[in-house]
Amino acid sequence: MRHIISILIENEAGALSRVAGLFSARGYNIESLTVAPTEDITLSRMTLVTRGNEEVIEQITKQLNKLIDIVKLIDLAETSHVERELMLVKVKTSIESREEIKRLSDIFRGKVIDVTNNSYVIEMTGASDKLDAFVNALDESSIIETVRSGPTSMSRGEHGLHL
Amino acid sequence: MELSGGQIVVQCLKDEGVEYLFGYPGGAVLHLYDAIFHQDDVKHILVRHEQAATHAADAYARATGKPGVVLVTSGPGATNAVTGIATAYMDSIPMVVISGQVPTAVIGSDAFQEVDMVGITRPCVKHNFLVKDVKDIAETMKKAFYIATTGRPGPVVVDIPKDITDPNVKVTYKYPKKVKIRSYSPATKGHPGQIKKAVDLLLHAHRPMIYSGGGVVLGEASAELTEMTRLLNYPITNTLMGLGAYPATDKQFVGMLGMHGTYEANLAMHESDVILAIGVRFDDRVTGKLAEFCPHAKIIHIDIDPASISKTVKVDIPIVGEVKLVLKQFLNEIKEHKKKPSKKALEAWWSQIEQWRDANCLEFDRDSEQIKPQAVVEELYKITKGEAYITSDVGQHQMYAAQFYHFDKPRRWINSGGLGTMGFGLPAAIGAKLAHPDADVACITGEASIQMCIQELATALQYNTPVKIINLNNRYMGMVRQWQEFSYESRYSQSYMDTIPDFVALAEAYGHVGIRVEKPEDVRPALEKAFALKDRTVFIDFMTDRTENVYPMIESGKGHQEMTLRVAPGTPLDRELA
Repeated sequence: MRHIISILIENEAGALSRVAGLFSARGYNIESLTVAPTEDITLSRMTLVTRGNEEVIEQITKQLNKLIDIVKLIDLAETSHVERELMLVKVKTSIESREEIKRLSDIFRGKVIDVTNNSYVIEMTGASDKLDAFVNALDESSIIETVRSGPTSMSRGEHGLHL
Repeated sequence: MELSGGQIVVQCLKDEGVEYLFGYPGGAVLHLYDAIFHQDDVKHILVRHEQAATHAADAYARATGKPGVVLVTSGPGATNAVTGIATAYMDSIPMVVISGQVPTAVIGSDAFQEVDMVGITRPCVKHNFLVKDVKDIAETMKKAFYIATTGRPGPVVVDIPKDITDPNVKVTYKYPKKVKIRSYSPATKGHPGQIKKAVDLLLHAHRPMIYSGGGVVLGEASAELTEMTRLLNYPITNTLMGLGAYPATDKQFVGMLGMHGTYEANLAMHESDVILAIGVRFDDRVTGKLAEFCPHAKIIHIDIDPASISKTVKVDIPIVGEVKLVLKQFLNEIKEHKKKPSKKALEAWWSQIEQWRDANCLEFDRDSEQIKPQAVVEELYKITKGEAYITSDVGQHQMYAAQFYHFDKPRRWINSGGLGTMGFGLPAAIGAKLAHPDADVACITGEASIQMCIQELATALQYNTPVKIINLNNRYMGMVRQWQEFSYESRYSQSYMDTIPDFVALAEAYGHVGIRVEKPEDVRPALEKAFALKDRTVFIDFMTDRTENVYPMIESGKGHQEMTLRVAPGTPLDRELA
């Protein structure tokens, strides 16, 4: 099952490699990993997407908690949460296809943020499966490149992951 | 107090009460060594290879409970220390390793003797630090000792670039009394509700087993474990790392369990209905085939490390906490609980265990004309009255030591259980002897293992650490040969060395006493002579039976109930080599 683990970690050199190293050393898989400092600059927040059965996820969270640099973490799969991922897609456009691609992007609430004679860059946020759906809806041969941030996520309601 | 970085490091060690610093100098730590030169409080032990520094410090920690401290230079000094760091990590030994690093300005430029020590050691340390400012040294050192010694102990590396120890840059020194790390708070007491549930289950058991390990030794909980086990009159087995936590000569002790554990310990585990696992980690050498591990048992697991719980074996009642505190809670709960263990069931269980015991699974050929390695360990046990600190290397001799030296006290048995590091034994013996100069210290080893850190004979002379080296010389890498005999139709691929040095001459060349023993009747006199030479390191080279194997054995991939017991003498192997 897919799990989103949200982590507060000391914003220190090497902290990220401790997490990445743990996953490779113990043979866990990382589907995506996103990290940036929080409003408290001593802390970074990391969102890690992984897959595994209950036992594996339990071990992953325990092993992560054991890392000295990790302050707190939560498995968001256990709670109701919102999830967003950012994607940029660069597509080839021609006189005939421009309108169609724009309409498609609108349907997915994307924004065209760069235009040339023969290309668009489309920005889109949403749950990962919505971004997948958009990519699938595009003509494969029109895609020049895509880049995705990996999901970021937090729980619903008044509670949150903080010190 | 205004001090340079080098002086600060040494002053931190003094303030931590460090007695010995095991190390080897080099370019990146010269400022530090100059600071060491100007003081006598922290005694530096110069080893002959950095691996030995880590093993000696590790054994000092195992023998005393205090952290071992190591100082090595950058690059090869640091990488040589890695095996010892990993050894300590696998066995959860508190250790602080200070490594020199190239100056901050050239880090990352592939400078002379540069390696990314923090990167290299990341998977085998509890934590590590790179110090980037002389003002951070004191707090980092305090954190290093705090992390290494609390919770589940482990090694911590502090990597210090050369410019940070510059004698010309002085800052105000103050060693913090306490340090708080917001992301680190080791468990203390166990959850009372869980303990109630556990005790209830334990007292309703019909075929109970107590399975305890290195955590009891590390957690100084031997007295509590012994009191509780006796109060319950339950059988107890120890892991390789846990030997000595419960007195081995006590009748409730059924021996070590696992791959070379006793018949009675393994079968009792297999048939048990309630297992109380204390400070253990369900290592593969203990469990054998996981799918067949303790099929009838409900398992209670006490450990300080939540990640140890249900890692390989799913447990029914987990209890996270300091083993000493948790066992005290257990004792209180047992004494207050209305339910008492069923006397009838326990009698039946003990009579079953006695039947297994009667198989006498450790018996060996005592009439052999060759020296049996087991007999050497038995004699050693008798001569030292079971009171010696015993270190070992890795292989058959390690198992004979574990089976035939009956440890009644914790911290006496010092071996690399988790990583299985050959070369550990001799430097470990030096570390243990420094920790307990008045005690007998013996290193049980083999002719292959001893050669992996043989150079430390020089260290033993320099610091006058008279240890006794019990070399069980079978002219084979015995455990490799045994596996090749069992699993590869006796194809002894590379498990034999063509040239084995004359160890007696070698010991003498290093300034020690060497004795060679070739006949069974000479075993005891040789040991007596060696231990009578109180102030000399003695290397006793026992020429043992080449074909002897360690029994019982659970072969790889088999369960506890499928042990191989000793085969009758006169196997094809015997004939072939006769």
